[in-house]
Amino acid sequence: MLKVNDINAFYGDLQALWGISLQVDEGELVALIGPNGAGKTTTLKVITGLLKLATGSIEFLDNDISKATAHKIVEMGISQVPEGGRVFAGMSVLENLELGAFVPEARPFKDESLERVYKIFPRLEERQSQLAGTLSGGERQMLAIGRALMTKPKLLILDEPSFGLAPILVQQMFEMIEEINKQGVTVLLVEQNVRAACELAQRAYVIENGQIVGEGQGDDLLSFEAIRSAYLGEKG
Amino acid sequence: MVEAVVQNLVFGILLGALYGLAAVGIAMVFGVTKLLNVAHGELLMFGGYASFWLFKLLDLDPFLSLPLTIIFLLLIGAVLYQLLFVRMVKMPEEEKIKNTMLVGFGLTLILSNTALLLWTADDRSITTSYSGAAFTILGIRFPYVRVAGLVISLICLFALQQFLRRTYTGKAIRATVEDWEAASAVGIDVHKVYLLSFLIGTALAGVAGAMVSVSFTIEPAMGMHWTLKSLIVMVLGGVGNFMGTFVGGILLGATESATAFFISGNYRQVVGLVLFLLILIFRPQGLFGAKGGKQ
Repeated sequence: MLKVNDINAFYGDLQALWGISLQVDEGELVALIGPNGAGKTTTLKVITGLLKLATGSIEFLDNDISKATAHKIVEMGISQVPEGGRVFAGMSVLENLELGAFVPEARPFKDESLERVYKIFPRLEERQSQLAGTLSGGERQMLAIGRALMTKPKLLILDEPSFGLAPILVQQMFEMIEEINKQGVTVLLVEQNVRAACELAQRAYVIENGQIVGEGQGDDLLSFEAIRSAYLGEKG
Repeated sequence: MVEAVVQNLVFGILLGALYGLAAVGIAMVFGVTKLLNVAHGELLMFGGYASFWLFKLLDLDPFLSLPLTIIFLLLIGAVLYQLLFVRMVKMPEEEKIKNTMLVGFGLTLILSNTALLLWTADDRSITTSYSGAAFTILGIRFPYVRVAGLVISLICLFALQQFLRRTYTGKAIRATVEDWEAASAVGIDVHKVYLLSFLIGTALAGVAGAMVSVSFTIEPAMGMHWTLKSLIVMVLGGVGNFMGTFVGGILLGATESATAFFISGNYRQVVGLVLFLLILIFRPQGLFGAKGGKQ
């Protein structure tokens, strides 16, 4: 479904990504893990059209999207939940969700999508007229995911959905992500919470210093020596 | 005496409504795109001339010709944006403001000199059959054209607020103001939003200019004066709150009139700048702005 082929990207003169390749198939839940500053968010920026790539290509559903603008990419069916949620704080929960259905492809299904989002996150329905800025961290993250689902994505990209959440909420959040994936939405998950991400994902890529350094089945990765020592604090 | 004071206040408020309208235009552009368009006053001047020539040459009533004036300004706005401002809108915020000021001041010179070449430095104003007419309440005179300026300003403001609050496009504008990256993540074309906001600002300048040409006078060098007023009012009212901006305009108009009346006409222009400094020192978020701001 999504094919990232050997991409290089720069911030000014600084090369941030070195020949990244990865692939996400339809229906999969794939994780991209790695430490802070490894290039996870940069990779997402390139996929979603916020950062131009220097060389390489990105294909989505057999279309080249390397040069597409950010909003076109959303129209094609890729929706990203940015790190920290980034909800529109000065607008109500309902307005945030409505904006999720902004693209022409999603607008006719607004009511349907809203119902679906409220089913997954009943809390959002209770709070629909509240300003998004008054929500708790967990609720904001739910709203951000709900907003992304309103675009009717074929591929949902989540950037650090567990960031800043209490451990109990992280657990719940991951269950919800699994539920969304089971409903047929392909998910690309970027996480620093390596253990949880690997347990949840079917496959995972490990990124370090702007390069993919490992790839495997989610559970298998956890038993890799390098991963254990680098991310789980277990000396091999 | 009381009557004279009130009369003076009324004139101040009616002028202030136009300051407010001009300032809402500049604030709209700045709030959404972070482009500080110092040539806003020149756009207003062009609105005034459009209205004047439509009246002079085609005998069109300045109120009825408002849609034409707006269309003319939208064209100018679109050309200026696509030619100049689109290049700056992608820059980081601080660079954006610096660069727009430079380009804006250049544009100010070009536009005002173009007007000078085309239409000479003469003061112009539109004199209709009802220009001098006024109604009187309790001995206070309300000239029709100036009251119409206030009413039209309020209509523009109300329409703008409803547009931002209720329509999908309006919500997309608000979302872009809050977080353009998150906005583009939901599929909003932020560059279209920037262009639209710039055009709305230009149209508001046009309406304000037309109102100035019926109630006061216009001339090629008037732009800087109106840009300055708009900036003062924008800071006074606080960025991001159009109602506050508009009230700020009325406040400035009233304060200016009171100064001219009680102290001296010479200090009329000074008081706005004093107000500007005081606000920056004691309440930098503006009279009606939220504390702290968003970023």
